[in-house]
Amino acid sequence: MEFIIGKFNYWVYIILMMIGFYAMIAKSNLVKKLVGMNIFQTAIILFFISIGSKKGVTIPIIQEGAGDAVNQAVNSARYMNPLPHVLMLTAIVVMVSTFGVALALIIMIFRKYKTLEEDEILESLRSGEEN
Amino acid sequence: MTAQAPILIIIIPLIASFLNVIIGLWRKRLCYPLVIITLGLSVILSISILNTVIIQGVIHYRLGGWEPPWGIEYVIDHLNAFILIIVSFISFTIAIYSKRNVEQEFPEKTVYFYTIYLLLVTGLLGITITGDVFNLYVFLEITSLAVYALIAIGRDKAPLASFNYLIMGTIGACFYLLGVGYLYIATGSLNMADLGRLLPDLYHSKAVLVAFAFFVVGVAIKMALFPLHVWLPDAYTYAPSTVSAFAASTMTKVGVYVMIRIMFTVFEPRFSIVMLPSTEILGWVASGAMIFGGILAIAQTDVKRMLSYILIAEVGYIVIGVSVANRMGFTGALLHILFDAFTMACLFMAAGAVMHKTGETSIHGFRRLHRRMPLTMAAFSIAALSAIGVPPFAGFFSKWYLVLGAIDAGKWIFAVLLLLSSLLIAIAFFRVIENIYFAPSDHAHNGVGQEEIVRDETPLSMLVPILTMAAGILILGFFSGKIVSAVIQFTVPGGF
Repeated sequence: MEFIIGKFNYWVYIILMMIGFYAMIAKSNLVKKLVGMNIFQTAIILFFISIGSKKGVTIPIIQEGAGDAVNQAVNSARYMNPLPHVLMLTAIVVMVSTFGVALALIIMIFRKYKTLEEDEILESLRSGEEN
Repeated sequence: MTAQAPILIIIIPLIASFLNVIIGLWRKRLCYPLVIITLGLSVILSISILNTVIIQGVIHYRLGGWEPPWGIEYVIDHLNAFILIIVSFISFTIAIYSKRNVEQEFPEKTVYFYTIYLLLVTGLLGITITGDVFNLYVFLEITSLAVYALIAIGRDKAPLASFNYLIMGTIGACFYLLGVGYLYIATGSLNMADLGRLLPDLYHSKAVLVAFAFFVVGVAIKMALFPLHVWLPDAYTYAPSTVSAFAASTMTKVGVYVMIRIMFTVFEPRFSIVMLPSTEILGWVASGAMIFGGILAIAQTDVKRMLSYILIAEVGYIVIGVSVANRMGFTGALLHILFDAFTMACLFMAAGAVMHKTGETSIHGFRRLHRRMPLTMAAFSIAALSAIGVPPFAGFFSKWYLVLGAIDAGKWIFAVLLLLSSLLIAIAFFRVIENIYFAPSDHAHNGVGQEEIVRDETPLSMLVPILTMAAGILILGFFSGKIVSAVIQFTVPGGF
């Protein structure tokens, strides 16, 4: 029980990731695949956010600021690790652009085949070859 | 200038790609010269970088002057510099080739095509040059996004192929990102050299093992290693000729480069070879790729699709060279990266030229083309013979090293499979070559007699790049000893 509750966020990340993964592979509707992809990527964001956070600490800004306090050694145990969060800012940008490109592709596909169901597209391709 | 070369080689194509949009709004015709000048500059820069590396040793370039574990660092050793030259030279040559192809296939999209093309080159150069695992992820995604867009321009099923590639590619990139995350938990660092120092004490940690697994699978998707290759044949068959030539010759090679970096710089060879049997597994997977790629190549009726399957087999060759984990094999793998980049560029460009003239790329369409386009077909045949591994051509030398490497490692079975796969590829290519040179003319049996085939050679701007690549295949093979002694021998990881 401790194993599950103590690492609650990691369990959520794995479950979310598997949901997304399943949708990307098993769904035949292209938009559903895309939603799966988004869930998959968001799960990874959750993972990175989790590894950067700690209980009972504050944001990594040195408040005592002025004068001598700055020169004192910073006690890193009191602060969160900002780096994974910063990495995720970049990763979010990447994910949004991937999503944008994918939506553009979906529009192209829809214009061409008038459907977004993968099996219907394949069928129309097959009948196209016969003609 | 040379001190700043590592950053300039990234910045120049990046800035040029945005400049290209602005100039394109004003004068569409100026885009092409801009691209040529930009990529010409990056060829010069990459040569100067290799020169510096050979004379002075490894270059460390710190972005913004930040010390390595905190800031992003570009590290260039012989391996990077070697790949940089391949990528920049091939991108330059194919940019020259692209002019007529773009004018014919999608004249209204010239500006955007060149913008994305430059972004793609930026991404590939960035992957090669960076010494930071997260920075590599960002460049990896720049590359992938650019190539999804470029493939979607193509004909027929291209948007669907591109979408499937996007789904697969995103899974690959996300796995890579997860690998970065697990390594960060274990070490708190993102710098490759720093990771290399910190990791040996943590090799028994499960997080590190998971990270390694994610890295290898993620990168294997990106480089289309069998059985994760399913996106490749469709994507490269329907993409515009220019795009398939460039992507086929460089993207898989850069993927292999990333795998080599992860396995032998971030992790030590001791970990990748002895502690985990990863090279053993990769060896078997790669043999699967060689045989499977060869067999499916024979089954195809479309030349571009056949070339895609041969590319899958070629990726298998390179990975075999890495997986036998000795000096000979590794040398062979790197030589094969160089020669195969030239070969694939030449083959896909020649297929594109046929597409340009006849409008199709089916094997039947190649019938008697030696009368119509003799030079292009000669180049195609040279590249095909090199891919098969016929002696005077470049491919023979790299395959020679690969076979020797497999025998040195005592893995006779890999050597046998390598030769078998070469035979399969030979069958696939001879079907095309037979059609080009020996097939009876369509009209011969109608009693019309020998019809007049007008010589109708590929336009010069397409022909010159094709012939350059073919000449490269002829010449580089003879200099393979020099290339090995000047560059490749320094890239072999310690402990081999």
